[in-house]
Amino acid sequence: MIPLGWYLIFAAALFAVGLFTALTRKNAIGILIGVEMMLNAVIVNLLAFWHYWVQQAGVPQLDGLTFAAIVFVVAAAETSVGLALIISAYRRLHTAVANDMDLLKG
Amino acid sequence: MNALQIIFLVVAAVTLASAGFVAGARRTMHAALWLVLTLLGVAILLATLQAGFFAVVQVLVYIGAIAILILFAVMLTRGLTEEQGAVHHRWWWLAALAAGGVFAVALVILNRWPGFQVLLEELPREAEAMTDWGLALVDPMRYLIPFEVASVLLLAAMVAAIYLAMSRPGGQS
Amino acid sequence: MSLWDFLRDPIGFLTTWFYGVLAGWGVAPGVAQAIGFALGSFILATGAMLFVMLLIWFERKVIARIQDRIGPNRIGPWGLFQSVADMLKIFTKEYITPIGVDWLPYNLAPVLSVASVLVVWAVIPFSITFYGADLNVGLLFVIAIASMGELAIVMAGWGSNNKYALLGAFRAVGQMISYATPMVVALLVPVMMAGSLSLNEIVQRQTVWYILVSPVAALIFFIASIAEVGRSPFDLVEAESELVSGFNVEYSGLKFGMFYVGEFLHAFTAALLFTTLFLGGWRGPGAEQIPILGFIYYVVKTGIVYFLTVLIRGSLPRFRMDQMMDLNWKLLTPLSLAVLLVTALTNKLLEGLALGWRVVVLILLNGLVLWVVNGLLQRYERRRVRREVTSVRRPVARPQQGGAE
Repeated sequence: MIPLGWYLIFAAALFAVGLFTALTRKNAIGILIGVEMMLNAVIVNLLAFWHYWVQQAGVPQLDGLTFAAIVFVVAAAETSVGLALIISAYRRLHTAVANDMDLLKG
Repeated sequence: MNALQIIFLVVAAVTLASAGFVAGARRTMHAALWLVLTLLGVAILLATLQAGFFAVVQVLVYIGAIAILILFAVMLTRGLTEEQGAVHHRWWWLAALAAGGVFAVALVILNRWPGFQVLLEELPREAEAMTDWGLALVDPMRYLIPFEVASVLLLAAMVAAIYLAMSRPGGQS
Repeated sequence: MSLWDFLRDPIGFLTTWFYGVLAGWGVAPGVAQAIGFALGSFILATGAMLFVMLLIWFERKVIARIQDRIGPNRIGPWGLFQSVADMLKIFTKEYITPIGVDWLPYNLAPVLSVASVLVVWAVIPFSITFYGADLNVGLLFVIAIASMGELAIVMAGWGSNNKYALLGAFRAVGQMISYATPMVVALLVPVMMAGSLSLNEIVQRQTVWYILVSPVAALIFFIASIAEVGRSPFDLVEAESELVSGFNVEYSGLKFGMFYVGEFLHAFTAALLFTTLFLGGWRGPGAEQIPILGFIYYVVKTGIVYFLTVLIRGSLPRFRMDQMMDLNWKLLTPLSLAVLLVTALTNKLLEGLALGWRVVVLILLNGLVLWVVNGLLQRYERRRVRREVTSVRRPVARPQQGGAE
């Protein structure tokens, strides 16, 4: 008996906080953390709409579930590659701060 | 205001508060630990949506794999990155403005949509239809291609991660 | 409502009686259920913690026998209350908090390490009527909760502000994440056979024990679960000679006790899961009519599995880090994938066959898989160039020429 709007507001707020984290943190891992929070907000949104859609249609719907699963897969792939990149960069540059990774700067 | 709504409000408040701590924590390790609490709160909210499978997968994938990996990475890259000046960017207020703007725009757009106020009823137990979904995922007429693309993506990510993180003997690292 | 009803199913009887009393007091059904669940989980958790004391005594006794000692024998009959004395001692010990700990993670870690195991007990079916919750994603839930245990270890290792603790946490979590792969793949075999993720349904559809259907999967799960728990021979986490005692060096008193209890409980829970998934859980003659009998079968089967893990602990030396990783990634993971494929294909191809014949075919195929793997391993072993392990000649301490003598 929870209004759909609550979930949407929550997801929007989580997305906004995640965006803020991703934009402001200097540490590359911090940026990744922000991206994870944004993806999580997307999952909440997708599943809330899935619930709404099943309720409106009255029959089981699978599109929303598939979408959410794909988001999970993307999140897992993104984190593994992102962290591998950060570790690799840390090995060479001895820093995980995104600002200091400026080898290409003239 | 029934019990479910109270649960939702409490969990949402805790989740958003810990999300705020993630954004504001001074040490990256603390941000990662608060992230775990945020993810756990989201998992509970998914359970209130009657997506039990996804609630468990959220704990399994996000906390069990992603958060642990992030904690690992923080511990591996610690030392030099901790306690050296500000952890936030100089123009953090610009980012706050952008995030607030996104939130406000989302609220305005959602508010104009009539479905906003709809109460989510309790679904019949078979609504999640895991068996149907599993069959649909391998059905060529339905979701086989997204499913395969997802698995190829995971494989590619695995190969990429191993390649990137591998230390080559005699390499340039 | 007779004595026989009580003896047949004490837990179900007490539950019905309890709800009857609450309804008599005029408590709403929803509230009554909430009270019932709270009380039930409280009793189950307390029982589990007390049970650990028995477990510790049992393990010490068995290990002592293996090592030709007597073991605890002073307090109570056969030293049965030794753990009680130990517990009292640990209660009265001082908490030493090192300088520079990260307060919240440091103090939360022991609680989380016990809680992450106890929560698993919520979905385990102890008998046909006695289970906490029948989740339709029960097995996934178990695996997800196990990952919270990893979190506790990371928090302990980080929070202690000690490099040995941190190294121990790295090792422990690396090991747990690695061994989760073959474990989960091996778990898919019972899931596939039962067609459900719910532990309850897996037990109910287990007319043939799944250890017979896929002995290889059972073996992989057994090995991987020992590694998950971090017991010998996989106890690199607390290799005393290298890491003092792993991620929990800086803990003392009851906080250390929590980790200790958590470890034993974890090992026992792994045995419980093995019994549920591969040994038919509470199934046995007459278990459906007389639930208490099912409970007894369950405990006996679990006891045997646990005894096996204790035997292994007492008799095998510790792996080296690279051996442990090799075993996982080069043997168990491919093997589990092969077994999963073989079982799935056979099950699909022989769908029309009676279950008995299918099981026979599956056993034969499992044997074949093992034989092939053994052959491959032996070839690999023969081809591998063995490096001669010789000690470098170090100058032996000898009296210096012309030195003080």
